[in-house]
Amino acid sequence: MDLIRTEEVTKRYGNYVALDNINISVPKGSIFGLLGPNGAGKTTLIRIINQIIAPDKGKVFFNGQVLQPNHTDKIGYLPEERGLYKKMKASEQAIYLARLKGVSQHEAVSRLKYWFRKFEILSWWDRKVEELSKGMQQKIQFIVTILHQPELLIFDEPFSGFDPINVDLIKNEILKLRDEGASIIFSTHSMESVEQLCDNIALIHQSKVVLSGAVNEIKSRFSQNLFEVESYKADLSTITPNLPQGIHYQKTEPNSSLYKHYFKLDASLAPNDLLASLLPYMQITGFRELLPSMHDIFVSTIQNGSLPANPS
Amino acid sequence: MSKISLIIEREYITRVKKKTFIIMTILGPILIAALWIVPIYVTTLSQGKKTVEILDETGLFFDQFQSDEHFRFVPIFTDLETAKKGLIASGDDALVYIPRTELNVPVTAILYSTSQTGIDIKTVVKENLRKQVEALKLKAKNIDPEVLTSIKTSIIINSIKIGKDGSEVKSSEEISIALGLLSGIIIYMLIFMFSSQVMRGVIEEKANRIVEVIVTSVKPFQLMMGKIIGVGLVGITQFVLWIVFTGVIIFGFQITHPAIQQNVSQIENFSSTSIVSSGQSVDLNEDMVLESNIITQALEGIRAINIPLLLFAFILFFLGGYLLYSAMFAAIAAAVDNEADTQQFVLPITIPLLITIILSGFIINNPQSQLAVWLSIIPFTSPVSMMMRIPFGVPVWQLILSILLLVATFIIATWIAGKIYHTGILLYGKKITWADLIKWISMKL
Repeated sequence: MDLIRTEEVTKRYGNYVALDNINISVPKGSIFGLLGPNGAGKTTLIRIINQIIAPDKGKVFFNGQVLQPNHTDKIGYLPEERGLYKKMKASEQAIYLARLKGVSQHEAVSRLKYWFRKFEILSWWDRKVEELSKGMQQKIQFIVTILHQPELLIFDEPFSGFDPINVDLIKNEILKLRDEGASIIFSTHSMESVEQLCDNIALIHQSKVVLSGAVNEIKSRFSQNLFEVESYKADLSTITPNLPQGIHYQKTEPNSSLYKHYFKLDASLAPNDLLASLLPYMQITGFRELLPSMHDIFVSTIQNGSLPANPS
Repeated sequence: MSKISLIIEREYITRVKKKTFIIMTILGPILIAALWIVPIYVTTLSQGKKTVEILDETGLFFDQFQSDEHFRFVPIFTDLETAKKGLIASGDDALVYIPRTELNVPVTAILYSTSQTGIDIKTVVKENLRKQVEALKLKAKNIDPEVLTSIKTSIIINSIKIGKDGSEVKSSEEISIALGLLSGIIIYMLIFMFSSQVMRGVIEEKANRIVEVIVTSVKPFQLMMGKIIGVGLVGITQFVLWIVFTGVIIFGFQITHPAIQQNVSQIENFSSTSIVSSGQSVDLNEDMVLESNIITQALEGIRAINIPLLLFAFILFFLGGYLLYSAMFAAIAAAVDNEADTQQFVLPITIPLLITIILSGFIINNPQSQLAVWLSIIPFTSPVSMMMRIPFGVPVWQLILSILLLVATFIIATWIAGKIYHTGILLYGKKITWADLIKWISMKL
């Protein structure tokens, strides 16, 4: 079941097409990476899901229902550019924003106490936001985003402005929220965190979805049939001429006492074919396929302008 | 609780709790009440009898200085130096030195005093000298003072407003002018003050990006209206508190100083009777009658103006004008990134109000002229110009038409402002032109 599904969502500003027939699906209880270069249309899509603007064409389904005004209370949004009322107390502010999402005053206070205690920031309760550091404000804002226990969380670069310790703290909270059943749309340029967190992604480029699917599936789709073989043997010059057709030796790199040898296979060959042909000549201590990183997939997809020809 | 009321509540509470609001609320009535009380209070203060020494080298003026309830005049016959020392020793209020001159009639005198002399001593001395000199001059020219007195005429014009039902009310142009100008300028300032608060609030929300979060909970239009209504309520609160506090201060003053109030009504009674029997009593105490006549006219003039109507219209036109201008200010604030960029848009929009202020002299002097009537009906200028006209009396149909037009205009303006606000509030880093604003109005959201 998808918590969010968009059907041919299109948005124009005058002659400029901001979103062109966007179809995405965010499965329930998963983390969905919304990727794309600056200006690709991610923010426009997020705003449509948040019902800040309406699409010119197409539909958005929330939990199977066409998006309705009361759905906004079930969504929590942490924008990339964020801020709070500087003159308001941290607690007042969080309670106000939670009430705007339909949480009662009493409920908001007790939930906020829980989170302030959990993050060990109870001493900030009566502090004005302007007295808090940027990182502290980010923490408050994260709490504000989740305080009304939304079914859908939209995080836009949630880790920016946090030190590494707090990045881990927030990361763990996000994973915990997912495990508790929340669905998460995660927009970021950090491909490393996409690999760590995302179950599915959609890559938007020039207003279109140019790539989408499960992260594992996309990675294997972009597989270049590159393999890394680890061995104590340093010199393969006697072996390589004997390798069968379709196995291409690329290079060797020393790795402490070991050596890493790289091979590329033709599409017709399986990993086992490589192993089988190497086994007679050397002790193999490690073997793995080199899948492209999300970073590489992102860059190559965007730079080729369209779906790159699958190398396989 | 609906979301818009949450926004109204926040806007209201945060502003009412501010120090500036509390200070303004307290200072305003004190200033207004002071305008009322201080002049009355000052007159009672100077009632203590003052002693003035007269050193008259000419010997012409002694008789003229007759002691009364306010002044005691003491003739002295020494030289000036001794008299000055005597003044310091005696602690009297002043010493008037009238030197002997070559001319037949002296025209200068010197007033010595140990402390700052009040204007009253100076006036009395001057008056007495003048009268005596004039009398001497008349004598020199062989004119009988009786003749002069019989020629002297004091013209008093009592303006009376006749109502449709034939009722007569004494009116005072001066009071109407003062009240009209005052309420016109105050409504202008309040509209500006509170509309600017809306503008700054919108810019703040946009600049610190909290708006991105809030519009995921409420519609941008609700956010804008919540702010406008919240700030408007702050304005109404302040105004009502001003009226109440001013009333309390003046009332309290009257309770604690009943003598002063009595004093005022005595003057009033006295002058009313003297007006009735004007012909005969004029020369008795001409200046006093004229002076108290002004006070009576002022009091009657205020009575002639329908104060509840004035206050009611003030609140109505403040609300209408505020809603109209704050909606436009909110739209402008949403379109720009910082306060400095608002100028190019604010100026053209406020020109109608500025024109009204510039034309206030004309409106006040010709409250029933075509221009004044039109200015008080056209919505962008009506709040200020109507307030200027109301003390002079405005036909009911004009009031109703003006208010209806104002309401219709702010509804349209709010709708347009909502469109601009919605697009502008989420747009950053772009220099906005008038063409952009017009484009946004027609844009589908």
